Amino acid sequence: MYSEKVMDHFNNPRNVGEIANPSGVGTVGNAKCGDIMRMYLEIDDDGIIKDVKFKTFGCGAAVATSSMATELVKGKNIQQALEVTNKAVMDALDGLPPVKVHCSLLAEEAIHAALWDYAEKNGIVIEGLEKPAADIEEKIAEEY
Amino acid sequence: MIYLDNAATTKVAEDVFAAMKPYFCEQYANPSAIYTFAGKAMKAVDAARKSVAELIGAQANEIYFTAGGSESDNWAVKAAAETYKAKGKHIITSTIEHHAVLHTCQYLEKQGYEVTYVNVDEHGVVKLDELAAAVREDTVLISIMAANNEIGTIQPLKEIGEIARKNGILFHTDAVQAYGHIPLNVDALGIDMLSASGHKMHGPKGIGLLFIRKGVRIGAYMHGGAQERSRRAGTLNTPGIVGMGAAACLAASNLGENMKKVAAIRDYLIRRVLEEIPYSRLNGHPVDRLPGNASFCFRFIEGESLLILLDQKGICASSGSACTSGSLDPSHVLLAIGLPHETAHGSLRLSLSEETTKEEIDFTVEELKKIVERLRSISPLYEDFCRNQEG
Repeated sequence: MYSEKVMDHFNNPRNVGEIANPSGVGTVGNAKCGDIMRMYLEIDDDGIIKDVKFKTFGCGAAVATSSMATELVKGKNIQQALEVTNKAVMDALDGLPPVKVHCSLLAEEAIHAALWDYAEKNGIVIEGLEKPAADIEEKIAEEY
Repeated sequence: MIYLDNAATTKVAEDVFAAMKPYFCEQYANPSAIYTFAGKAMKAVDAARKSVAELIGAQANEIYFTAGGSESDNWAVKAAAETYKAKGKHIITSTIEHHAVLHTCQYLEKQGYEVTYVNVDEHGVVKLDELAAAVREDTVLISIMAANNEIGTIQPLKEIGEIARKNGILFHTDAVQAYGHIPLNVDALGIDMLSASGHKMHGPKGIGLLFIRKGVRIGAYMHGGAQERSRRAGTLNTPGIVGMGAAACLAASNLGENMKKVAAIRDYLIRRVLEEIPYSRLNGHPVDRLPGNASFCFRFIEGESLLILLDQKGICASSGSACTSGSLDPSHVLLAIGLPHETAHGSLRLSLSEETTKEEIDFTVEELKKIVERLRSISPLYEDFCRNQEG
């Protein structure tokens, strides 16, 4: 069902973990539909993404798309990171089954959410970045 | 390979396969034909019909062979609704039925029928007071499964049968998971119709049956021939029927012993998992459950990921997570017993057979522990949980 690349990224996810005091962090998805992605970014003064980490609750495709998304944004500047679309993530993984396309959308959203957080913290506006869907942290805090 | 998905399908027993073999290339006659050559095939069908009937205390002429459990469920529910529509158009079922019943009921709703979906308690047992209260003047059918396919809970069939009988309503039970695994007696339980499937009890795929109590007048479902007393058209599937008959004999001869043996290993599995894996829970009734069923939820992780990693260790299992169903919602059964969505997504069903060994269970538990830990280590839900625990 999954491509070799998806299986590789699921079995050996790149950049798993957390970043203490990240430049930006974003969490997207919700537990109701079974996928939650959290992405941490460390962005230097030149606007380059020096480090990126993720954690994901979800299916094989959710883990693989988040892993691939981190690879695609690492070392890039903010504008380049914005160009990492869900299609780019899917292509890099040699495709996803149709029912899993939403996972790649979530990966794109996770990048945007982390960048949004970075922009807010620094009081800047990133051109072309729209406010991502509501964060689910509150919901998680309520339930656990 | 460790096969722990016996609720999905089972291995055909060697004896069953041996019994079926002559009916492919040697005794291949259409059993309904008049010549002597067909006589042997019909004799084998008759013997099988007797065996599958005896397993549930029924008469051979109350058994109608079908292509499987889904067909039997469709037939029972649709034909009962159709046949009794002059009396009324109300059906009672439960929220945790197999889709073969649930989707059939939804289809009937579109045809103008009304359906009451009775709730279950936290163990997945149908609420009898709700069921009794749902009965109306125009209720024509109660369809409640004998045992649930996901969480294994065995339903109080006798009590349901009494409610049905007292009110003059037909009682159908989907016994696909229960037939051949636990004792069932259609008279003692007041069952009017019962669906069963061959491949869930070491018989072949593509064969099932519907028991229809003598005197219950429901119409045909498949039209086009005089087979099965003109109630189910289609050339008799001789090898399948013979296989199901052989599987029924096998089940009947070892039922008590098998139940004890399988349940003992199942209980060992449940005990180890609950003791050794934190934030895990057992789904379904702790005692009144199918001998081979163990259903768990592991918090903070998702079922499909779990299945892929188990598969890489050679372990075949299943899950009620959304990802395995192709929808965004987790299993309707797990939601019906009151689990929150995120917990329901982390479900795992391990279904054992008579062949499952303690060694296989030990290996599975050891691997499961590592896999759950690994998935939690990359789960943002677990990260938040730990953070909240700390402060």
